[in-house]
Amino acid sequence: MARLVILGAGIAGHTAATFAKKWLADAHEVVVISPNSLWNWIPSNIWVGVGKMDKKRVTFPLAPVYAKAGIDFRQAKALAIYPEGKESDKHPFVTIEYTGQGREGQTEALSYDYLINATGPKLNFGATPGLGTGSHIGPHTVSVCTADHAAEAHERLRAILDKARQGHRQKIVVGTGHGTCTCHGAAFEYALNVEHAARQAGVRDRVDIQWISNEPYPGDFGMDGMQLGIMGYVTSVRIMAESLFSERGIHWINSAHVSKVDAGRLEYEQVDGTTGEEAFDFAMLIPPFSGVGLKAYDRQGTEITDTMFLPNGFMRVDADYTPKPYAEWKASDWPVTYRNPDYPNVFAAGIAFAPPHPISKPRTSPRGTPITPMPPRTGMPSGTIGKAVAHSIVNLIREGDRAKLHTASMAEMGAICVASAGTGFQSGQAVSFTMYPLVKDFETYPGTGRDTKRTYGEIGLSGHWIKYILHHLFLWKAKLKPGWTLIPE
Amino acid sequence: MSVEENFAKNSEFNLSMVPSKFASFMRTCVIWQFIRFVAINLKMIIVVRKSH
Ligand SMILES: Cc1cc2nc3c(=O)[nH]c(=O)nc-3n(C[C@H](O)[C@H](O)[C@H](O)COP(=O)(O)OP(=O)(O)OC[C@H]3O[C@@H](n4cnc5c(N)ncnc54)[C@H](O)[C@@H]3O)c2cc1C
Repeated sequence: MARLVILGAGIAGHTAATFAKKWLADAHEVVVISPNSLWNWIPSNIWVGVGKMDKKRVTFPLAPVYAKAGIDFRQAKALAIYPEGKESDKHPFVTIEYTGQGREGQTEALSYDYLINATGPKLNFGATPGLGTGSHIGPHTVSVCTADHAAEAHERLRAILDKARQGHRQKIVVGTGHGTCTCHGAAFEYALNVEHAARQAGVRDRVDIQWISNEPYPGDFGMDGMQLGIMGYVTSVRIMAESLFSERGIHWINSAHVSKVDAGRLEYEQVDGTTGEEAFDFAMLIPPFSGVGLKAYDRQGTEITDTMFLPNGFMRVDADYTPKPYAEWKASDWPVTYRNPDYPNVFAAGIAFAPPHPISKPRTSPRGTPITPMPPRTGMPSGTIGKAVAHSIVNLIREGDRAKLHTASMAEMGAICVASAGTGFQSGQAVSFTMYPLVKDFETYPGTGRDTKRTYGEIGLSGHWIKYILHHLFLWKAKLKPGWTLIPE
Repeated sequence: MSVEENFAKNSEFNLSMVPSKFASFMRTCVIWQFIRFVAINLKMIIVVRKSH
């Protein structure tokens, strides 16, 4: 009996675990390690952040779902990987520290035959002075990255809208809190939803909304933008994003690294060297992401974290990590099987794998500050990679080393993103984007790097319906309710 | 926010595309949006099928 251990129960880890268990049934063991007892449909945190949903509607307890599926769930955080085992016992293992199940603080060594690292990001608030400490958010700003953060954001937004109702002009800043942030889509959605909330509250004329981002222009999204095929034209998504901001009276600052945050004030530096500051009454700034800080040790106990992980904490996989200038980046630099090159029984999925380089052009300010959006690894690729990796491991367990590995390159995969611009069955709107492929491939698609027939964007009420249906579909799927395997990642 | 207000504001807004009243109406017109719902879903299904 082989044991597959999966670190993380987010979109990638949960998808990998549930499919692996379905395919392996009781013949083999699937163990999931995750510090949170709840599963969170993170995209809907945006609606929690404006009070349109509460935390309960975007989360559910994992333990009963895993118990029913026959998955061994340990509410714990992984600390270190020993991919060679120890001198005394060469079986690889991970060390974990329990955060629940009545075993808080206890540590354990758990052996594995195959390992998937799907630990997602560390929300690195500590990278920007004043934004927070380590992975903890500070008091000056809010976030929507977790359901709890989003609930807190809503409480503070409500207070701001109340003050506006009393006649006090309020300033809201939304965007990214560092020059190397990713996840712009979430900030973009939140800016549009906050604007919608202010309009619905009847106080839009007393609320100023400012967008600030490390992107070179609104709509870069860390993907070097998109060229959308619309009505016979190929149009930059920038035109659409700026149009959405203009229409809503949201001002924007681009190419900005937020260098410091204080109570009601932030400082920033731009790629041309300009510095500035913004006062605010309410700010939602996405932190930069890094790996969660797993360590790795060899058989002798010598630390090999630098071998298994890049300095940013993300795990090395089968990507080409040779440093190259932007002009030489290729679609083939991107990983295909997500297997660790040194330890073939270790894989990484979702945000936890180390991308070979950004997708957007890297830029540095005259002072040497990198102001480069990092590549997004959104829900669809995270789930698709999780499933492909699970499939590969199932094949390896059944057929041995010669088994066929499944592939899921982000340069051969499309993505669907529905960015909410406000809720309401008749008044809501969202931008529906499709793109193919996610990572630009200039060899196959000269000019724009993507298939302009498949790269599309449109705003409207239908997008809101789609986003709302996806919310229910993905929760249904994650709860393993009847027909869950029919719902694509 | 009306179109006139936007264009009076500053160059940031003056250089942008802003929807007309008709375009804004169509964005929340339930009948048109139902048609768009079907069309966008078809586009999405094609991308999902190409990606799996
Ligand atoms: C506000 C917001 C809105 C978004 N909206 C969209 C959207 O509309 N569409 C879209 O496609 N994507 C969206 N995304 C992105 C999407 O949420 C991510 O791509 C996706 O969650 C990544 O999946 P993952 O499994 O890699 O990481 P996560 O979902 O973050 O999961 C990581 C898991 O690892 C666990 N973990 C952490 N540390 C450890 C440890 N030491 N040991 C074990 N487990 C650990 C965590 O508890 C968690 O269970 C959004 C993101 C945010 C923040």
